[in-house]
Amino acid sequence: MIRFDCQLDRRDFRFRVAFEAESGITALFGPSGSGKTTAIRLLAGLEQPRQGRIVAGDTVLLDTGQRLCIPPHRRRIGLVFQDAQLLPHLDVRANLTYGRFFTPQSERRIAVEPVIDVLGIGHLLARRPDSLSGGERQRVAIGRALLASPRLLLMDEPLASLDAARKREILPFIERLRDEFRVPIVYVSHAVEEVARLASRVIRLENGAVTAAGSPADVLAPVALASLAERFDAVSVLSAPIRQYLPDYGVTVLDHPAGEIVVPGQIAAHQGEVRIAIRAASVTLAVGRPAQVSVRTILSGRITAIDRNESPFAMATLALPGGQSLKAYATRLSFDALGLDIGDEVQALIKSATIDERSLAVLPAGGR
Amino acid sequence: MPDLALSPEEWTAIRLSLRIAGLATLASLPLAILVAHWLARSHFRGKVLVDGLVHLPLVLPPVVTGYVLLVLFGRRGPVGAWLEQTFGLVLSFRWTGAALACAVMGFPLMVRAIRLAIEAIDPRLEQAAGTLGASPAWVFATVTLPLALPGIIAGAVLCFAKALGEFGATITFVSNIPGETQTIPAAIYAYTQMPGGDAGAFRLSIVAVIIALGALVVSEMLARRSGMRAQPE
Repeated sequence: MIRFDCQLDRRDFRFRVAFEAESGITALFGPSGSGKTTAIRLLAGLEQPRQGRIVAGDTVLLDTGQRLCIPPHRRRIGLVFQDAQLLPHLDVRANLTYGRFFTPQSERRIAVEPVIDVLGIGHLLARRPDSLSGGERQRVAIGRALLASPRLLLMDEPLASLDAARKREILPFIERLRDEFRVPIVYVSHAVEEVARLASRVIRLENGAVTAAGSPADVLAPVALASLAERFDAVSVLSAPIRQYLPDYGVTVLDHPAGEIVVPGQIAAHQGEVRIAIRAASVTLAVGRPAQVSVRTILSGRITAIDRNESPFAMATLALPGGQSLKAYATRLSFDALGLDIGDEVQALIKSATIDERSLAVLPAGGR
Repeated sequence: MPDLALSPEEWTAIRLSLRIAGLATLASLPLAILVAHWLARSHFRGKVLVDGLVHLPLVLPPVVTGYVLLVLFGRRGPVGAWLEQTFGLVLSFRWTGAALACAVMGFPLMVRAIRLAIEAIDPRLEQAAGTLGASPAWVFATVTLPLALPGIIAGAVLCFAKALGEFGATITFVSNIPGETQTIPAAIYAYTQMPGGDAGAFRLSIVAVIIALGALVVSEMLARRSGMRAQPE
C-alpha cells in the first residue's frame, strides 16, 4: 500500500497530487505535461517536493514536515525508464544483477532464473545493450528493476518508444510480473489501450492535479465531448465472459448481455472475463437491427445522454443490458438525420478490425 | 649531418623529464577527477570562481605561475616552510618541485577533458543505478568512472604531454639544475645558449617529438578500446 501526497511548484506548473496505490497495477493516466512523470520521480526520490509525504507500507519514505527524505538508493523502489537506460559498459547479465548486488541477502525475494524465463531474455545474457532491439532492451530493463526485489515497481511509459508489434510483445510480460512476482506496479501511460488492459485502478491526472480515480471502466470513460484531436482517446471499457474461440477464423466470441462481441485473436484463458476498450469513434449507431452487414458485433442499448456543442461530432452514452455503458461518436448531422434522442433504443455496431488486441485483458473469474 | 648519439647528460634529462611528467600526472589525476566531477555535477554559488581558478594557469604567463609557486612553496614561503617542518619535504630546486610546477600547469587541461566526458554521461543512467540501490559513491565508481574513462585517459595524456613540454613555470620555480631539475626543454634551452650546442638541441628535439607522438598514439589506442566498451546506447 503506497500513500502519496505531494506539492511542487515549478515555473508555470503547479503539482498537487495525492493518491493511493495497492497491489496490482495502478495506472497514472493523462496527457503529456499532466504531472505523471513528476509523480514517478517524486516516488523514486529523484526529485523533492516543496511539501509532501510518501508512505510505503509502514515505512515513511518522505515527510517534509519531519524533514525526512530517504535517498533513492535506500527506497527500494524500482524504476523502468521510457528508454531502458541500461548501463552501456556492462553486458546484459551484469545489468540484470546490478541491483541485486546492492540488495541485502535477506531482502532478495525474487530469484534470477524465473525472471530470465518470464522475460525470455536467456539468449541475450552475454550481449551488450547497444546490440539489442528496443523491445529486448526494455525487457532487460524490467528484469533489472525486478531483480533488486523492489517493494514497488514504477514504469514510466515503458512502451512509448516502441512500435506496435514490440508493444504487443511486452504487454504479456508486464501482466506476468504482476501475477507471478506479485510486485505492486505504478504504471505511467497516455495510451488508453495499455491502461485499459493492465490497470486494476486508474488515476487520471490533468495539469498537475488528480481529476478522477477508480476502476478503468469508470475513469477511462469520457465525461464530456473531447476536443476534435482527442476524440480517438475516448474509450468505453466493457467486460464480458468468453463464449468460444473459432480457430478457423482466428477470432474469439464474447458473451455480452447486450449481444455477442467478436474480437481478433485467441484468448489464452478458457474461463473468466475479458476486458476490452472500445473507441467511441469506432462505434456506429443504427436504428433497428441492420440486415446484411459485415459487422457481427451489434449491441443493443438505450441512449441516456447526448453531448453536443459546436464541434462536428456529438457523443451518445448508451446504457447496455447488464449495467455497463458505451460511448459512441457520430456527426451531429447523423444524429439529426436519424432524429436520435435520449431514451431511444439503438443498435451499436463495432467493427472487430477497430478493436486493438493490445487492450484485451483477461480478468480472473470474479474480478473486474 | 649532426651526431645522433645521445650523451649521458642528455639521457639524464630524458629520464628526469619522464619521471617528472609521470609523477605530475599520476599525483594530480585523482584530484582532477574529483574536481571535474564536482564542476560537472554540482551547482553551487561561486562555481564560476572555482572554474576560473582551475583554468588560471592556462592563461597566466607560465613565469607568473612559477613565481607564485616560488613564493608559496619556497623554503621560506608559507606552504613550503610548513611542508619542511612537518614532513621534511623540500620542493624548491628539487625534481619533486618540477613535478608540482608541471602538475599545476597540466591540471586545467586534465580537468577540462574529464569534465567534458562526465557531462556527456546521461544523468538518468546514474539515477537508474541509484534506484537499483547504488549509493552515490557506488554510482560514481561503477557508472560515472567507467563511462568517463576515455576522457580520463585523454586528460591524463594531455597533462603528461604538457608536463613534458613545460618550461616557464618549471625554470622559474626550480631553476635549471642538470641531474635534478633539468628537463628536456630546459636542456634544449641550455644548449641554445651555448656555442656549438646546436647538435644537442637537435637530438633532444627529435626525442621530444618521438615521446609526444608516442603518448598520443598510446592514448588514442586506450581511448578507443575503452570507448568501444563505453559507447552510449
